[in-house]
Amino acid sequence: MRLRYSDVTPEKLYLSRRELMAGALALAAVGGDAASAPAAAPAPAGAALPATPNPAYRVDDAPTKFEAASTYNNFYEFGVNKEDPARLGHTLKPRPWHVQVDGLVARPKTFDVEEILKLASLEERIYQLRCVEAWSMVIPWIGYPLSALLKQVQPRPGAKYVEFTTLKDPEQFPAQKPTFFGLGSLDWPYTEGLRLDEAMHPLTLLTVGMYGHVLPNQNGAPLRVVIPWKYGFKSAKSLVRIRVTDTEPKTAWNKAAPQEYGFYSNVNPNVDHPRWSQGTERRIGEFRRRKTLMFNGYADQVASLYTGMDLKKNY
Amino acid sequence: MTARGRVALKTAVWLVALAPLAHLVWAWWTDGLTVNPIEYVTRELGETAIRLLLATLALTPIRLLFGVSWPITLRRLLGLFAFFYVTLHFMVWIVLDHFFDWRTMADDIAKRPWITVGVTAFLLLVPLAATSTTGMIKRLGGATWRRLHRLIYVAGVLGVLHYIWLAKKVLVQPWVYAALLATLLGIRAWTTARKLGGRWIVLGSRG
Repeated sequence: MRLRYSDVTPEKLYLSRRELMAGALALAAVGGDAASAPAAAPAPAGAALPATPNPAYRVDDAPTKFEAASTYNNFYEFGVNKEDPARLGHTLKPRPWHVQVDGLVARPKTFDVEEILKLASLEERIYQLRCVEAWSMVIPWIGYPLSALLKQVQPRPGAKYVEFTTLKDPEQFPAQKPTFFGLGSLDWPYTEGLRLDEAMHPLTLLTVGMYGHVLPNQNGAPLRVVIPWKYGFKSAKSLVRIRVTDTEPKTAWNKAAPQEYGFYSNVNPNVDHPRWSQGTERRIGEFRRRKTLMFNGYADQVASLYTGMDLKKNY
Repeated sequence: MTARGRVALKTAVWLVALAPLAHLVWAWWTDGLTVNPIEYVTRELGETAIRLLLATLALTPIRLLFGVSWPITLRRLLGLFAFFYVTLHFMVWIVLDHFFDWRTMADDIAKRPWITVGVTAFLLLVPLAATSTTGMIKRLGGATWRRLHRLIYVAGVLGVLHYIWLAKKVLVQPWVYAALLATLLGIRAWTTARKLGGRWIVLGSRG
C-alpha cells in the first residue's frame, strides 16, 4: 500500500509552538498553562499537484507542519527575516515562467515550466532539510531527479559542474532593489552550483511542489532544486537558468563569506561553522536539540561521492 | 523637575522597558513566537538588552551635548532593566536552548569568541547591578564606585561585538548598534580629551 503525506501524519503528532513553550516554561519551573488545544493546520494554498509517493525516499520522523515550512524561510530575495518570504511572496509571479538549460550541452533548450512538469512522472519524496543555521525540518517534496532534465540536454564531454541561477527581478523580489552601499544584500542574482556527479545523483530533486501542492512562492516557486545532504542554501530556488560548465561556479554565499560557506557545504556534524557547532540541530517543532547526522542521514547514498576528499578543507 | 514629574517619568520608563517582555508573553499566549520560538525569544531578549544598554549610555552624552541633566536620574533604572534583559537572554540560552547541557555550553564559551564575549559582558554587569543601590554607593565611596561602573563601557562594546560576530555579515542591524555605541562613547571621549587638553594648556602657561 502506498501512503500519501497526509495519510501518514496525524495532526496530533505535531507539537504546536504554544505547547512547546508551555512545556519549556514548565521545565524552567516558571509555571505555565500547558493545557492548550492545537489549532488545525491550514491547508496549503496553492493548487493540488498529484504525485506518486516514492517509498524509497522516506523519513521515519513526522513531516514538519506545512504552516511552519511555509512561514519560516530563508529566501533573501524577499528579505533577511524568516517571515519576509511568506509576507512578500505574493510579489513573485510564477507563471509564465521559462528556464534556460544550456552551457556545455549538446542540445541547449529553454523550457516552459509547463513542459518541465511533464518531462518525467512526479514523485513525492520525504526528505530531511538541514539549514546551515542549525535548525531542520522534514518536508514532503514533489518533483523528479534533476538527472532526467539534464539527460534531455545531454551534457558534453568535459562538463564537470552545474550552475543554478535564481530569477533577478527587483519588481518580483523586493529585496533585490539596490540598498545603501549594498548593505543587507547578496550579489544578485543568487547562484549556486554542484559537481556534475552530485547533480546527476538520484537524490538531487528538481522540485515543483510540496505537501501535495505546487510550491508556494516563498518556498521557491515555480521550480527549485533540493539537495538533501547539503545545507539548505545550496538548494537554489525560483530557477531561471541551469548551466552546465567545466569550471566550478561561483556561489552566492561563498562570495559573501568565503570562510563560512564553501562550495560543497555538505551537512557534516564534524566540521563546525566558524561561528557555531554543526554537531546538533533543532528540529522545528521539537524542544531538545538532536544530533546532526553525517550527510544529513544520507551517508549511505552519497559518501562515495567524496571518497579520498578532506571534508574539513572542502567544506 | 517636580516630584510629580519624576514619578511620571519613571513610570513611563517602566512601561517602555517592560513592553518588549509583555510583547513576548503576549506572543507566547497567542501562539505568535514563530515556529522556532527559542531562537526568536533569545534574539528579542538580546536585542532589547542592547537597546537598553545603549539608552543607559546615552544619558551622559545628552547632558554633555545639551546641558540637560534630568535624564541622568534614569540611569540606574535603565541600567537595571538592561541587566534584567541580559539575564533573561542568558537564562533562555542555558535552560531552553541547551537545557543545562553544561559541557556543550562550556565548549561553546571556550571555542566561540562571540559566546565568550557575550558571557563576559554578562559577568561584567553582575557587580554593577549588585552595587547599584544608594547604600552600596556610600559604602564603596563615590570615586571607587564610579571607577567600577566604568565597566559598563566594556560591557557595551562586548555586547555589540557579540551581536556583530554572531550575525551573518549581510545583516545591517548589528552595525547600526555599533555606530550608535561608537557615537555615544566618542562624545564622552571627545569631552574628556577637551577637558584634559584645556588643563594641559593651563599648566603649560604656568610653565
